[in-house]
Amino acid sequence: MNSITRPSILALLSISLFLALWYALAIYLDTLTLPTPLVVAKVLLDEIKNGQLPYHLSKTLYRLLISFGIAMLLGCAIGIALGRYKQLDYFFDNWLIIFLNIPALVTIILCYVWFGLVESAAILAVVINKLPNVIVTIREGTRALESELLDMAKCYRFSKTKTLRHVIWPQLHPFVMAATRSGLALIWKIVLVVEMLGRSNGMGYQLHLFFQLFDVASILAYTIAFVTLIQAIELLILKPLDSKAQRWRR
Amino acid sequence: MNQLAINIHDKFYLNSTDNTRKQVIKNLELTLKNNEFVCLVGPSGCGKTTLLNILAKLDTQFTGTIELQPKHIEPRVGYIFQNPRLLPWRTVRENIQLATGAKTDVLDFFLDSMGLADEKDSYPEHLSLGMSRRVSIIRAFATDPDLLLMDEPFVSLDPPTARLVRQLLMDLWSKRPHKVLFVTHDLREAITLADRLIFLSTSPMSVISEVAVTIPRKERHLEMKIEKFRQQLFIDYPQIAELL
Repeated sequence: MNSITRPSILALLSISLFLALWYALAIYLDTLTLPTPLVVAKVLLDEIKNGQLPYHLSKTLYRLLISFGIAMLLGCAIGIALGRYKQLDYFFDNWLIIFLNIPALVTIILCYVWFGLVESAAILAVVINKLPNVIVTIREGTRALESELLDMAKCYRFSKTKTLRHVIWPQLHPFVMAATRSGLALIWKIVLVVEMLGRSNGMGYQLHLFFQLFDVASILAYTIAFVTLIQAIELLILKPLDSKAQRWRR
Repeated sequence: MNQLAINIHDKFYLNSTDNTRKQVIKNLELTLKNNEFVCLVGPSGCGKTTLLNILAKLDTQFTGTIELQPKHIEPRVGYIFQNPRLLPWRTVRENIQLATGAKTDVLDFFLDSMGLADEKDSYPEHLSLGMSRRVSIIRAFATDPDLLLMDEPFVSLDPPTARLVRQLLMDLWSKRPHKVLFVTHDLREAITLADRLIFLSTSPMSVISEVAVTIPRKERHLEMKIEKFRQQLFIDYPQIAELL
């Protein structure tokens, strides 16, 4: 393969081009509302040094992980139940549709109004927003389970845990990964709104502050930090999990 | 001495689109004696697989009784399905061990005699259909079953392999006899293997006739004897010809 067409080189080239375009546009427009990449980089370093950015980022990450964990666990349990038992599914299908269609902002406001501006209300709001998606995805996965393999397991007297671990879980795995990916993307956007409306720390709170000050450089610096973090989760945690579970495929 | 008495009055499937009932089995009576090798012969689609599923307790929606005497024994069932039904995310070895708990030396013996020694750590998707089929056969044999159900197990094997596996089956069966119910529509194969042939009608399925195979086991490898028995069958039971 030609060295210039190697994927890593291409990725580097495309990011450089992006930065170059941004730089050129900022110089050309010469306005306070679009700072150059250099200015943003300086703000980013300062914010990391004075501890502000790590503090707020960790607060957001904490909320993200807690609400994500709760939503995934509950969603998997309910999704499997609905996928397995038709009657249950018919009964709760309408509930699911209602919850899928309530705007995120409404759940957040209602949670704060009913439970006060507290941490648990913030987490609850995020979970309620994410839960229906997980349920729907896992329900699809459960419906698609191979009855032939389940029959085999029954015939050879697999115990419940053995069936779950060796027959059901490997089939659900791709659906769980899909729910995880779409879940992270959705949750971190909602967490910011939750923080903006009712918390006194976290990325959302900081961004709101910078908005009032029209401090675009800081907004961009925080965004870059956040995007990098989410990308790191994808590369360092999700990708390896994926390839480990897929090694049996041709 | 124990036996399995099968008595199915009625088994039907509901067609969900127009709510009609399709009867698949009607008044089927059949008794498997201890350690008997029985071949079920009948046209394809007549309900043989349904019968095996009922015996394996995978299908409980029927009226009738399946009785094992003496009653208190829960038989270990080995089932060789029409397609292999291996777990694609587990290796050959794991697939067999999960289902049977077989010890490594037993497992190696089976893999060796089926020509799969090099594939024990392969995943099923990397195997040919014939190989997967052999793995599923090992899985059933290694269960050390009291009742072995086989649903046309040798169909996609090439003739030499089929002969090999058939030989292995007979060796194992004579070493540790158990009840075998073998579904096939290959009459020659049935005569070669069985103590008794049971001919089944098209659906709704019931028993047309039962024939004991009188050729001594020592002489079963003689093509001539098999062929002669087959010809005689068609003369004695002319209704069989329509089934095959």
